Amino acid sequence: MISDWRFIAFMVVITPLFPALPIGINLLLGPRKPNYIKQQIYECGVETVGDTWVQFKVQYYIYALIFVIFDIEAVFLFPIAAAYGQVGLFAVVEIALFIVILTAALAYAWGRGVLKWV
Amino acid sequence: MSFSFLEFLKSLVELTTGTYLRQVWGDAPWVDPTLDVIGALLVATFGLLIVLVLIWLERKVIARFQDRIGPNRVGGKYGLLQPVADALKLLTKEIITPAGADLWAYNLAPFLIVVTVLMMWAVMPFAPGMIGVDLNIGLFYVLAISSVSVVTILLAGWGSNNKYALLGAFRAVAQMVSYEVPMILSLLIPILLARSMSTVDIVEAQAVPFIIVVPLSALIFFISSLAEMGRTPFDLLEAESEIVAGFHIEYSGMKFAMFMLAEYASALFMSGLFVIVFLGGYRFFGLETYVTSGGFALGNLIGLVAFFIKMFVMFSVLVWIRGTLPRFRIDQMMDFNWKFLVPLSLALILVVALVDKALPVGVSAWTQAGVHLVSNVLVGAVALEILRWRGRKQREAQEGRQEGLESVGVEATVAEAVAH
Repeated sequence: MISDWRFIAFMVVITPLFPALPIGINLLLGPRKPNYIKQQIYECGVETVGDTWVQFKVQYYIYALIFVIFDIEAVFLFPIAAAYGQVGLFAVVEIALFIVILTAALAYAWGRGVLKWV
Repeated sequence: MSFSFLEFLKSLVELTTGTYLRQVWGDAPWVDPTLDVIGALLVATFGLLIVLVLIWLERKVIARFQDRIGPNRVGGKYGLLQPVADALKLLTKEIITPAGADLWAYNLAPFLIVVTVLMMWAVMPFAPGMIGVDLNIGLFYVLAISSVSVVTILLAGWGSNNKYALLGAFRAVAQMVSYEVPMILSLLIPILLARSMSTVDIVEAQAVPFIIVVPLSALIFFISSLAEMGRTPFDLLEAESEIVAGFHIEYSGMKFAMFMLAEYASALFMSGLFVIVFLGGYRFFGLETYVTSGGFALGNLIGLVAFFIKMFVMFSVLVWIRGTLPRFRIDQMMDFNWKFLVPLSLALILVVALVDKALPVGVSAWTQAGVHLVSNVLVGAVALEILRWRGRKQREAQEGRQEGLESVGVEATVAEAVAH
């Protein structure tokens, strides 16, 4: 089993070479004459005002939080799904309860208006 | 089929599956790692070079949808060498780094996005025995790696020091993170039916293709994988007319090409994943196990061809959708995910799990498929009915409002105001 991951380890080593090669050739072949105007940030022809890295909409953060809940749920559900042949009725009821509780969490968030895009 | 051609095919199959090299080299301790290196090189090269075909295919098909001819000059009548010409052009372009960019994030992103896409190909079974590595947690691995691409997009958007890029990255992350939930949940169902996360086991478990067994799950997976790839109608993250080009606006030359490349490669990978999980992968009416009288497994080759045909058909469907549908608004997109797809897939998991346990042990695959199919259709019908009920209620509320306006004679003034 652990030897399976040797292939993945080789992939990790080899795959960065594939983007590195064209970018490297590009660096060799392409011209390199940077100047002030060329390096300006693109903003439809006007100079950009203020800092780019500003505070972002809190909505994104809330969606990320809900996502984390469901992602963790997936971590629990994947092994159960893979071993579903061996689990008994008690376990099935437990899984059902687990999913129902998560659905209730989603319904709660929905009811509180979290899912409303403003 | 002449004998020598068969011989040629045989040596090709043996080379790609490593059987031939294993015979030559014997079983020294260095053989397996060397084969792994060769395999990794083959898989990554395939993932990269197939993109040239894909770009040509997409441009050609889209052109037909828009009543044009498409590329037709470079490389003969059909413009076959157009992607190569594009690549050569990009190779000679200047790489411009925007002022004030976060250099680490800015330069790392194009590398990482290609690496994540190529890494995913490692567990894709092209034919029986023709797979990078058959991990026992194959699908879980795919999901884990594909999550990294979200980080990559945020790196690109944040590092560019551009407001459009940052907005695009926010949208991209919100969209990909949201649609990952129904994608994961709909992938759970084939895993549950196959009792394994390994891609090969899932293909082998499909005596009846899972798209017939659980069509609703296939539909949810297809929609959410469209969003994961950021393709039309979910291409808000690179909406040209709204945020110019999204997160890769400040990239030029080959660094820009890397993002395009990763987009196409992941589109093909997702088509391939759909084929593996729902369309039976390399299975082709049992022909994939066919062995000729000479002891040569011709079935492997048939499986390979079947897999590629299925995969390219799925990719063409993606192009078809791109040529047909307009773009969603962001609130519509988020609502569709969180208020429809996620509850639906949660309900579907529950139903499939209970039905699967309720079925007696040892029923035939077709009976099982039939029962699952019926329960799937029922869940889908109920979901649609709920939607219809909600829609009717909303419409009635709206009409009620309008009637109220009419009674006080406001409507004429409103209509006049709108007309002006």
